[in-house]
Amino acid sequence: MFGKLSLDAVPYHEPIIMGTLAIIVLGGIAVLAAITRYGKWGYLWKEWFTSVDHKRIGVMYIIMALVMLLRGFADAIMMRLQQALASNDAAGYLPPHHYDQIFTAHGVIMIFFMAMPFIIGLMNIIVPLQIGARDVAYPFLNSLSFWLSAVGVILIMLSMFVGDFAATGWLAYPPLSELGYSPTVGVDYYIWALQISGLGTTLTGINFIVTILRMRAPGMSLMQMPVFTWTALVANVLIVAAFPVLTATLALLTADRYLDMHFFTNELGGNAMMYINLIWVWGHPEVYILILPCFGAFSEIISTFSGKPLFGYKSMVYATVSIGVLSFMVWLHHFFTMGSGANVNAFFGIMTMIISVPTGVKLFNWLFTMYRGRIRFTAPVYWTIGFMVTFVIGGVTGVLMAVPAADFVLHNSLFLIAHFHNVIIGGVVFGCIAAMNFWFPKAFGFTLNEKLGKASFWCWLVGFYLAFMPVYVLGFKGMTRRMNHYANPEWHPYLVVAFIGAVVIMAGIALTVLQLAVSIKDRKKNLDLTGDPWGGRTLEWSTSSPPPFYNFAHVPKITSLEHYWDEKESGKAAQVGRYEDIHMPRNTGAGVIIAGFGFLLTFGLVWHIWWLAIIGLAGMIGTFIARSYDRDVDYYVSAKEVERIESAHFTQMKEVA
Amino acid sequence: MSKHLITSAMRALGAGAVVLLGGCSMEVLSPKGDIGEQERTLILIALGLMMLVAVPVIILTLVFAWRYRASNTKATYAPKWAHSTAIEVVVWAIPAIIVTILAVLAWRTSHSLDPYKPLESQAKPVHVEVVAMDWKWLFIYPDYGVATVNELAFPTDVPVNFSITSDSVMNSFFIPQLGSQIYAMTGMTTKLHLIAREPGTYAGLSANYSGAGFSDMHFKAIATSEQGFADWIKQAKAAPQSLTAEVYQALSKPSEKTPVTYYANVPATLFDDIVNKYMAAPHEEGAAMHEGMHMSADHTMSADGMHMAGMPMSTTEKAKASE
Amino acid sequence: MSTTVATHIHDAHAHHDDGSKTLLGFWIYLMSDCLIFSVLFATFGVLAANTAGGPSGKELFELPYVFGETMLLLISSFTFGGAMLAMNAGRKNQVVAWLLVTFVFGAGFIGMELYEFAKLIHEGAGPNRSAFLSAYFTLVGTHGLHVTCGLIWILIMTHMVARFGLDGVVKRRLSCLSLFWHFLDLVWICVFTFVYLRGVL
Repeated sequence: MFGKLSLDAVPYHEPIIMGTLAIIVLGGIAVLAAITRYGKWGYLWKEWFTSVDHKRIGVMYIIMALVMLLRGFADAIMMRLQQALASNDAAGYLPPHHYDQIFTAHGVIMIFFMAMPFIIGLMNIIVPLQIGARDVAYPFLNSLSFWLSAVGVILIMLSMFVGDFAATGWLAYPPLSELGYSPTVGVDYYIWALQISGLGTTLTGINFIVTILRMRAPGMSLMQMPVFTWTALVANVLIVAAFPVLTATLALLTADRYLDMHFFTNELGGNAMMYINLIWVWGHPEVYILILPCFGAFSEIISTFSGKPLFGYKSMVYATVSIGVLSFMVWLHHFFTMGSGANVNAFFGIMTMIISVPTGVKLFNWLFTMYRGRIRFTAPVYWTIGFMVTFVIGGVTGVLMAVPAADFVLHNSLFLIAHFHNVIIGGVVFGCIAAMNFWFPKAFGFTLNEKLGKASFWCWLVGFYLAFMPVYVLGFKGMTRRMNHYANPEWHPYLVVAFIGAVVIMAGIALTVLQLAVSIKDRKKNLDLTGDPWGGRTLEWSTSSPPPFYNFAHVPKITSLEHYWDEKESGKAAQVGRYEDIHMPRNTGAGVIIAGFGFLLTFGLVWHIWWLAIIGLAGMIGTFIARSYDRDVDYYVSAKEVERIESAHFTQMKEVA
Repeated sequence: MSKHLITSAMRALGAGAVVLLGGCSMEVLSPKGDIGEQERTLILIALGLMMLVAVPVIILTLVFAWRYRASNTKATYAPKWAHSTAIEVVVWAIPAIIVTILAVLAWRTSHSLDPYKPLESQAKPVHVEVVAMDWKWLFIYPDYGVATVNELAFPTDVPVNFSITSDSVMNSFFIPQLGSQIYAMTGMTTKLHLIAREPGTYAGLSANYSGAGFSDMHFKAIATSEQGFADWIKQAKAAPQSLTAEVYQALSKPSEKTPVTYYANVPATLFDDIVNKYMAAPHEEGAAMHEGMHMSADHTMSADGMHMAGMPMSTTEKAKASE
Repeated sequence: MSTTVATHIHDAHAHHDDGSKTLLGFWIYLMSDCLIFSVLFATFGVLAANTAGGPSGKELFELPYVFGETMLLLISSFTFGGAMLAMNAGRKNQVVAWLLVTFVFGAGFIGMELYEFAKLIHEGAGPNRSAFLSAYFTLVGTHGLHVTCGLIWILIMTHMVARFGLDGVVKRRLSCLSLFWHFLDLVWICVFTFVYLRGVL
């Protein structure tokens, strides 16, 4: 009846997990009770869960990302503590089975459920505003994408309390991830969480490519798109080109585990090397999917606060596109040590180094954007400069490992760990938080507390160097990744310093949370009534903060790269004219419902509860079909209504002036 | 209490700084063999080359940020300046030049340090066959007919030719102070060639996570004199146990912290049999059958493999069944 | 928030649902699907020789039978073309008729495929026998799964044409389905060439 699921699946004997469960259950009950108490269910359902407004979907993505940042970081600091304790072959406090799940979950969560939702959330909020569109190409699919990702999050959180998670490392290399070596449901949770959220991501990719290619304001040529939109376009092309490979690869692993097939098994002709190749054909573009939009955000920030246009816009675009193309030709650098031969290794090594050329160009361009500027040191600028310095170091260590013969001694060592945390924290995390500080007023109508934002930055920056510079050294000292305990006492001091670094980062995260809380409390003091708090240069700053649900009353006619800036310069402020009816998509619950059935499907599959899986699948398909019969999917906002909203905004702006 | 914590933290920081500056106890940067030495030199050259760009960029970032801060009204402000062909050419050219030099370096060293390339030496190389198991290393010396678990010995100044496979999941065979690592995978043999120049006992380990017992999957690599090596072989030959099929079967069961063990009398084809067990293309079928004839206890071995891997049937068994 | 319900959905204002956007998106989806098939083809290429002592393609495949399957699918593509011509001519009943004919041919194809699979499994050449057979069943099966989805879609579109007539939405969806169906045809031709023909020759 319940497949492999029984009450034994709950790890009662693990005090850490049970404690976490208690906190989550109590916290959850408190939140649900509060929503009920204040009668907010209807509001949440109507205005958020069923919303097809790209800005609201973006906000939900980012909230999800922040929550998962907390979970992923909890995993991180537990690992740091374990390694700080488990010297001289001491056991530490985490047994291998638990520790191995934690490092797997940490990687999976930070990449798939922290960084990806954050990036997709940012693209959701900003891209349509930057191109002067009123929504995305497929608003319903957008909602569906979000809720499918949310199911992935739910699955991975659930795996902590019901059953277990994969103990295989974040890419689940076979044969270790095959049924024979990983017989529990851990890998199945892994597979289905990634499959369902990956489906959402692919749909997002398609959605945004079409949005950017087909919905730009009239007159905006490709070479007049803001850089963030360019990076978003390339990132989404990468999504569409890479995620199907992940889907197929995981499907083959699924076939091995569920249908007794032999793609990657040791026995009967399976070939695990094929998995490793395929997963990195997805995996390497994936890191560029994450970093490119961050590059875009840094570009917007540095140009805005330097009070100058971005230096070398065309270079920047070409660099972005070439990084995107090259990212598909380097995957083998993740396993130079597999014995592919000198020519193959050298080829992939050199291709990898070539990527550093356009990346280096980007750094120089940011430098020359600052050159002869008037830099206002706001929190986003702190993050940007911290990124520029940190990312150079990460780039250097990355190119070092692209030299195959050097990689032979650095591969799989803590040097590698330090390298990719250097680029992912220094690049993606700094980028996301910078972007959050920068665009927060646009999304919510008030700015974030600057002092706390800067305090958070310093903690992150110092914490990062404390946490990862010793880890670089440990790589040179021959320590490999994923060790639960170790005999060599010489490693211990470094791991203690790394732990201290993690604690400092924790302070940085706490300060970001505090920053959000204080800013929300003091929002009346920090209102952004103009819609343009920073002296922005791109179109999103031309509408009010937060923008009306239709974004723009008049879709602007674009004449130059910095259209909005040029208009401000020439004194042509917002045009007032005759308003027209605006065509908008109607909210729909279909996305939530399909995702709900998706949860039943994937949960049933994880636990081999076949009837539940069938209900889930039938429900998903049925709801989708029913939705396709719904003919009432859009409506018109009357010109009168638009006029009312717009004049309220103008009154506000006049009051400020 | 907190004071104690602070002092120990300070001590740790201090120790970190000292070691960082001294650099002498960094295994990878203080290699004891030719391969490791060349790799260290390569790392230092590559790092040095990149520092030529990286350091100025970091300095320029900070200098520009400071000089063009909004409060410094003395600095030039060029609010419209956003393009300069000269600068563009330079910023594309600088990384391109560095990368070109690095690419030449990478190409050459990929070939000169190819793990598959035998080392040139007057001395006759020592052959070692390495099997990664759950979770220990088996070293077979085919020329001497002995085998050991978790301990490896070889003379200094003599090339060591490793043939590496796995009888379980993927691992990576790595002795940081001697140089390159290479993956150990079932059904195939990877090769590695190392040489030690200084006698000593070096840490060896698996560099690729392989499951619950992974952290204890390390071994000692002893580089010693010719005489010391001969003694070591003698000691192994005097071991009470032979590595028969039954003994191998027991050994291949998952175990952690396996103590160093010596085996006298090792079947000459043991390594090939382990590799062939997982090969499945039709032309290798003969080899698998050959294994069946070789080892009388093959059937039980396969059954054990099945137990371990949870797979329905091993190749050889299926081959038998289908006949 | 006072709004007026759109009664004039398909006037010039409604640039929302203009078909070009949907078709572009669908093209991009097809390209991503194409990548999934590429992975499966590559996998098949790598594993084709790994028969693990089991039967090879040469021993298993019956070309004439597969040729019959292929013809059914090709004809179904042809009949779908009929539906599209009828759609462009605005002949609703003909569209329904052609769609149903297409469905019959497609279902015939799936039926033949299922029979072939059952026969192989019965002979002990199921997907768990060897890596080669895993790759074979997965590649061919994934195509079959797509065709099955296409069949369900055809039925739904048949009903929609009957119910809503040939309005903009229905036409747009029929165009997407047409792309999908021809795409599956193309994939099948690759399957026939690389899996069956190459396996036998």
